[in-house]
Amino acid sequence: MNMASSSLQSPHEGHDSASNVTFGFWLYLMTDCLLFASLFATFAVLRHHYAGGPDGRALFDLPGVYVETLFLLLSSVTNGFSLIAARQQRTHFVLAWLFLTAMFGMGFIWMEVGEFWTLVQQGHGPSKSAFLSAYFTLVGTHGAHVTVGLLWMWVMMIQVMDRGLTPRIQSRLVRLGMFWHFLDLIWVAVFSVVYLSGML
Amino acid sequence: MNQPSPERVLKGYLLGFTLCLVLTTVPFVLVMHGQASRNTLLAVIFSAAVLQILVQIRLFLHLDTSPEQRWTLMSLLYTLLIVGILVGGSLWIMHSTGAHMM
Repeated sequence: MNMASSSLQSPHEGHDSASNVTFGFWLYLMTDCLLFASLFATFAVLRHHYAGGPDGRALFDLPGVYVETLFLLLSSVTNGFSLIAARQQRTHFVLAWLFLTAMFGMGFIWMEVGEFWTLVQQGHGPSKSAFLSAYFTLVGTHGAHVTVGLLWMWVMMIQVMDRGLTPRIQSRLVRLGMFWHFLDLIWVAVFSVVYLSGML
Repeated sequence: MNQPSPERVLKGYLLGFTLCLVLTTVPFVLVMHGQASRNTLLAVIFSAAVLQILVQIRLFLHLDTSPEQRWTLMSLLYTLLIVGILVGGSLWIMHSTGAHMM
């Protein structure tokens, strides 16, 4: 029983079908990657179209973005720890690590919502300029993905408590892990392209 | 499938975390306090981002070049090709359009 040792090798409930499920989910992530690519392309084209409004330097709070980044990075690692615990059939550890992952994820969303709220309150909402439209769409789409991932995480915690670490649950945890790591990858591109480059 | 032991996976996560922390902190600190030129900063930001993405793919998503993961890797490379065409092509076209409308 070498379950959930890694995100891309999944438990075998019938070897072929399980690896097919993992591969199928990977292909979904690749299509999601294309969705983000189109939003990045849009942002890249419109990044200097301020329409007389503020640019990134006037709006972005880099220390805040750094903390958000640390939240996501820490949540990626704690999610990995939950997969290791799942492989060792330690239910309580799985739950504890998933809970911590969800806390970091919620911290990230909390800060992002706060940032959006402040921008809109200051009159710098998405309708202010093409730059801000592209910014809100790109960063907001990532945030929506994280929110869905958090919902999924709470559902998995309930399922683990309810049914234990069965092969089926383990296989779901592996896919949740893939999704969560993928969102951290996208975030690396977001903070590099949008925030850091936007400050130059 | 020859799967790594939990200890090795754990070490991978800790190593990945350390590397990502460095690759995140360096560009942030340089942009916030650095006096470096714009081009230097852009080079640092994008090389750190590419490195961090590679580290995460290897140590968090555990993707490698083993035969079992051949198709996973292929689909990733194909996706990267399309991403490159999409983003690079959009920038190229819109830049040309802008240049012609001056």
